[in-house]
Amino acid sequence: MTLALAAVVAVLFAVGTYLLLQRTLTRVVLGLAIMGHGANLLLQLAGGRAGQPPVVEEGGGTAIVGSAGGAGFVDPLPQALALTAIVISFGMTAYLLAMAYRSWVMHRSDEVEDDVEDRRIARKATTADAAGDGR
Amino acid sequence: MESKGYWVPIALVALHFVIAAIAPLGARSLGRRIFYVCAVAPAATAIWAAAASPGILEGRPVDASLGWLPAIGLEISLRVDAFALVMIALVSGIGTLIFVYSVSYFGHHAGTDRDLGRFASRLTAFAGAMLGLVLADNLLVLYVFWELTSITSYLLIGYEDEKGSARAAALQALLITASGGLVMLAGFVLIGEAAGTYEISALLANPPVTGLAAVGALLTLAGAFTKSAQVPFHIWLPGAMAAPTPVSAYLHSATMVKAGIYLIARFAPVFAVVAGWRPLVLGVGLATMLWGGLRALRQHDLKLLLAYGTVSQLGFMMTLFGAGLGEATHAAVVLLLAHAMFKAALFMVAGVVDHQTHTRDIRRLSGVGRRMPALAVVGTIAAMSMAGLPPLFGFIAKEGAYETYLHADLAAPWPTVMLIGLVAGSVLTFAYSYRFVWGAFADKPMARQRKQVGASSPAPTWAFLAPPALLAALTVATGIVPASVDHLVNAAAQALAGVEEIHLALWHGFTLALLLSMVTVGLGVGLVWVREPFSALQERWGGWPGSQAAYEWSLRALNVVSDRVTGVVQSGSLPVYLAVILLTAVLLPSSALLALPRVPGPSALAENGAQLLVAAGIIVAAVSLIFSQRRFISVFLMGSVGYGVAVLFVLQGAPDLALTQFLIETLSVVVFVLVLRFLPPRFSRRPWRLGQAMRVLTAGAVGAFVFFMALIAGGSRPDSATPVAEEFLARSIEEAGGHNVVNVILVDFRGYDTLGEITVLVIAALGVAALVVASARRDGVADTGDRPDEDRVDGTGPADARQELGAQVGAEVEH
Repeated sequence: MTLALAAVVAVLFAVGTYLLLQRTLTRVVLGLAIMGHGANLLLQLAGGRAGQPPVVEEGGGTAIVGSAGGAGFVDPLPQALALTAIVISFGMTAYLLAMAYRSWVMHRSDEVEDDVEDRRIARKATTADAAGDGR
Repeated sequence: MESKGYWVPIALVALHFVIAAIAPLGARSLGRRIFYVCAVAPAATAIWAAAASPGILEGRPVDASLGWLPAIGLEISLRVDAFALVMIALVSGIGTLIFVYSVSYFGHHAGTDRDLGRFASRLTAFAGAMLGLVLADNLLVLYVFWELTSITSYLLIGYEDEKGSARAAALQALLITASGGLVMLAGFVLIGEAAGTYEISALLANPPVTGLAAVGALLTLAGAFTKSAQVPFHIWLPGAMAAPTPVSAYLHSATMVKAGIYLIARFAPVFAVVAGWRPLVLGVGLATMLWGGLRALRQHDLKLLLAYGTVSQLGFMMTLFGAGLGEATHAAVVLLLAHAMFKAALFMVAGVVDHQTHTRDIRRLSGVGRRMPALAVVGTIAAMSMAGLPPLFGFIAKEGAYETYLHADLAAPWPTVMLIGLVAGSVLTFAYSYRFVWGAFADKPMARQRKQVGASSPAPTWAFLAPPALLAALTVATGIVPASVDHLVNAAAQALAGVEEIHLALWHGFTLALLLSMVTVGLGVGLVWVREPFSALQERWGGWPGSQAAYEWSLRALNVVSDRVTGVVQSGSLPVYLAVILLTAVLLPSSALLALPRVPGPSALAENGAQLLVAAGIIVAAVSLIFSQRRFISVFLMGSVGYGVAVLFVLQGAPDLALTQFLIETLSVVVFVLVLRFLPPRFSRRPWRLGQAMRVLTAGAVGAFVFFMALIAGGSRPDSATPVAEEFLARSIEEAGGHNVVNVILVDFRGYDTLGEITVLVIAALGVAALVVASARRDGVADTGDRPDEDRVDGTGPADARQELGAQVGAEVEH
């Protein structure tokens, strides 16, 4: 693990979070994608320092970086996890974009709206309070 | 223990529910005669109980049990002892009469046969639940049946569901009894855990003596008080009179309201010694008896009068059972029987009056007694029993109560207080009994010019009159020959509290109790004499806010509080929810991270210069993304970040990842561009509920947290241990025939994960296709212009949007 990688992961998560909290659906999707990159890097970072790609030869060594000292293979497990994650996050990105597209076609808006019903309940509570004070 | 016939009680309870299930179907063809079919269940129960009674009265209860959740030792265990036999007499004996009575009561029923079917079904289900309640020998089974009676009561009170008042009364009854029931459940659990068993017979034989069990016993009182309509929870019972009269006679006088009494009767002999039990139960019981009696004296509705009378009598029973003393228990069983007989009869009489004259208002009824003499005789006998006049069973019950407290083994002031209270309560009872008879049957030269009814109403049929007449006859018979129930009462009291035998008699000689009875009658006559001024006094003092106001206030408060809580926690703003989730995800693990002794430092600044350079590039691109307001530039920056990450993968030693990342990133950018063609070039800048500061703060917190977590996660690979992955490396060629271990993991070692991943992708693809195709179709419809109502608020339909979009895309290209 290097400081550079840790910094990149932290920045990707921070930027992803910031975009996730936006009103525009496109930026929310961008935020998720950026966060996904951060998560995949975090997995690799947790797998140890850089090393040989995990491609083994007949009769070759099987030492992993850090475990037996000196250079060895990179841990393949986080890579397999990340590989799955990359593909899945693409599926999600595509789906969210399709929703953004539909939202645009239907409402000419790609914004996340506040839930009107929830707002109504909140307003009702405050007006009920006011009525209660008046009694 | 009797093992023969062990399944019969369970089958009898089940029979009720089976008939309840088919009643709605049967009512279609049978009409109101469906009640005869329903009567089969309680009648069969009563006959079985009568047949089994000799052995049970000898002290050999019938046990029945059926495994329910054997894994946690929960069984449906029923036990029929002598006291249960008394309760069966009420639940099934009176129940049978109620069903027969219902056939006539619904004679000119306005509703449809479907309504009748529903009603019959609910009433039968109630009878089954109530039977289960009084037979249950397991606290949890008892609780289940207890709540079933609450629910069926709710449905029956709200039978005329088109009336708002009936719905409100049903809800009130349910809320009060069910919340008491919940408290009681907590008490049951405390008692059951302290005793190590939930079997009632076992834990009463060997009662738990811990402090928690004592608390549990007091908590169960909440259930008993609410169910049996004790002050201050009594308000639901008068409201429950919204139900048809058979329900009032059955649930709300003879059986369900006695469930709380039943529980006290079972528990008091063991738990009355618990500190606080006697003051609470005796105090509440006495207050209920007096308050109910007072309120009954100012009612104009026959059923309401009886309802408050029931409240009063329930308090009376509470004072006797609650003491937990042998003699008091004996007197209480007598009162229980007496009350069931006269009060059910009185309700049925009130129902007959209501049915024949179409009113229950005593200010309008006049001349009913002359018109229906047989009914008047029945009603008067029952009312006299309630008033405690000889030679009726109610008199014997009241004598027994006086006798008990004349020499009760209680601390100093209690016997005196109770005696005075009971005499006062009985005086009130005498007065409202008179009020009932006078109100229902007398000729009244009315001061107020109301439209009087009754003198010319049709007389009831014999079939209608038979059930209350039977009960009245029983009241007389048991009053004159009390020895006939001696055995039953003694066995029941014995089963509860282990009492010495007491023999019932009409005449005990000139005793102190008889003197008190005479005082009661004398004062009662006096109260009847001064009823007008007394009533005026009550009117003047009756206005202060009571339980009803408290109930309404708490309902309103509950609504306001839940509105306010919902308004706060459910703001309707997605970013607020997300921020809460993210901050929670940061704060909770952060506290764990802080507990670590030290955060390991990074092992190096960077692997090499290239990594440092690429990392810097990614950071620049990512931070620029925050400030970018244009969609296409944002997508470009996202792509840069993605490609940068791919390069980092290469440098890390993960070529497969890098390859996938390049391909996917390219695809992503293409998809983004495809969609963004339609959207405006710039992001919306409308203000957001979640402020800028909050967003930056959340983002910063998440970033900082992830930074430290990365340091800790990266630094916590122990040098000594062998990673699990070495196993993968060693077996890759041999077992899977592959050199690239990442690929082998995906398609072989963890093949099912990949299958799941592919499934997710297929689902996502279907979703995307559906969304895009549906959008296209909608577009087409709008294009033809035959759905103008689909136009958006701003007056432009999707078709206009399309054109506008084209212009916008053109503008974007120019940029």
